[in-house]
Amino acid sequence: MSEVMPQQLADAGEMASAMNVLADGLASELDGSSPVFLAGIPTRGVMLAQRLAGLLAAQGIPSESGAVDISMYRDDLGMRGGVAPLQSTQLPMNLDQWTVVLVDDVQHTGRTARAAIEAVLAFGRPRRILLAVLVDRGGRELPVRPDFTGMAPEVPADKRVRVHLADFDAGEEGVFLS
Amino acid sequence: MKWTRKDLLSLADLSAEEINFVLETTAEFKGVGQRRMKKVPSLRGKTMVNFFVEASTRTRTSFELAGVRLSADVVNIAATTSSLSKGESLKDTAKNLEALAADLIVLRHSASGASQFLAERLRAGVINAGDGAHEHPTQGLLDVFTIKERLGRVEGVRVGIVGDIRFSRVARSNIHALTKLGAEVTLIGPPTLVPREFARAGVRISYSLDEVLGELDVVNLLRIQHERQKAGYFPGTGEYASLFGLNAVRAAKLKPEALVMHPGPIHRGVELDGAVADGPQSVILDQVTNGLAVRMAVLYLCGSVCGEGEP
Repeated sequence: MSEVMPQQLADAGEMASAMNVLADGLASELDGSSPVFLAGIPTRGVMLAQRLAGLLAAQGIPSESGAVDISMYRDDLGMRGGVAPLQSTQLPMNLDQWTVVLVDDVQHTGRTARAAIEAVLAFGRPRRILLAVLVDRGGRELPVRPDFTGMAPEVPADKRVRVHLADFDAGEEGVFLS
Repeated sequence: MKWTRKDLLSLADLSAEEINFVLETTAEFKGVGQRRMKKVPSLRGKTMVNFFVEASTRTRTSFELAGVRLSADVVNIAATTSSLSKGESLKDTAKNLEALAADLIVLRHSASGASQFLAERLRAGVINAGDGAHEHPTQGLLDVFTIKERLGRVEGVRVGIVGDIRFSRVARSNIHALTKLGAEVTLIGPPTLVPREFARAGVRISYSLDEVLGELDVVNLLRIQHERQKAGYFPGTGEYASLFGLNAVRAAKLKPEALVMHPGPIHRGVELDGAVADGPQSVILDQVTNGLAVRMAVLYLCGSVCGEGEP
């Protein structure tokens, strides 16, 4: 029985603290010189971007949030047993001069972040692109490193990290290992 | 669901779920076409051959641009430049293309079933760009996409398809897609061009455009293929235009929100008057724009699957 129970890495309270760490880190970095767009990577990154926008607003920092789907920019097309549906991309048509913050729930190999950078660049030439992840689980395969990390637990290579959001996933909010 | 087909041969093959999957993928690719950077790297390093054994300009151009925008390397082969004119078989030509590591073959051919013939024999993905009088699946998909985009739904929409149904692959692909998604289809034209065999669930036949025009939400006018006229299937151009042409007088009987569609190229003054083709109810240029997005979606989906299992 204990084998099938996912191990909890963080509960709802610890996850909220990690989100505050991300928001505080971002707040100290953003100097108000350019508009801020929080680009969530589907699926859960999009919801985390919305939450981050709320946390930044509470600190008096305006931002917008949306989504950047990376499917068309992946480097493993045709290696995944069929093609999954595309998710909607919601970015301003012109990102010139914006500060874009890529938001994802879990950072692993870095390939998703690389694809997301390329996708964002199709919308112009942002002033800078930053990367914020709730969980950095290690295992990088590309030299792409988050600027802001909510938590960085030790995770065995054969395990999967899942972020459960109360308003989206069934069950308790938290970070789990399965 | 996940898309698992390497080929797109017909809409008769696809489930309603698969058709909707392509339509949803198309919506995202239409968004790509509105970005400043209209190109995505999805098919980088893949080779696509546009193999057109029957003349076509707009479909070939649309597929070519779709391939280029997906970053594929695109090669065009026309009937007159291929070895088919020297007596090589279709299969041998295709095997040669595959030996050059073509990943995707887009085939236009005068023989029904030609694309299926290739798909069964090649590892490459095969996209049917029109095979004889059989099917033209991307045209059917772009027509349904345009209807859904403009009217917000396909289910329950009353679509009239007017003209040369008997020989039309466009009509066949439209009928499959529309009926699977719950539209009510009426086929309209002279009895010689609208065979009774087409009547089945969800498909009605009418020999009078005037009788049904006022109840249609969409009227899709097919090109009159003059090569059929010689075979006696079809009266004179003038007689056809007077009975089945959508002129300004007939267009006034359309519902105000009804759409006028045409797969192109238009014969102005025959199946469609210029003023109607250029009028507010015409979505003919939307069809062209949507055709590009549909073809990007289909190439992306089949091109992703046909690379599976390779090193």
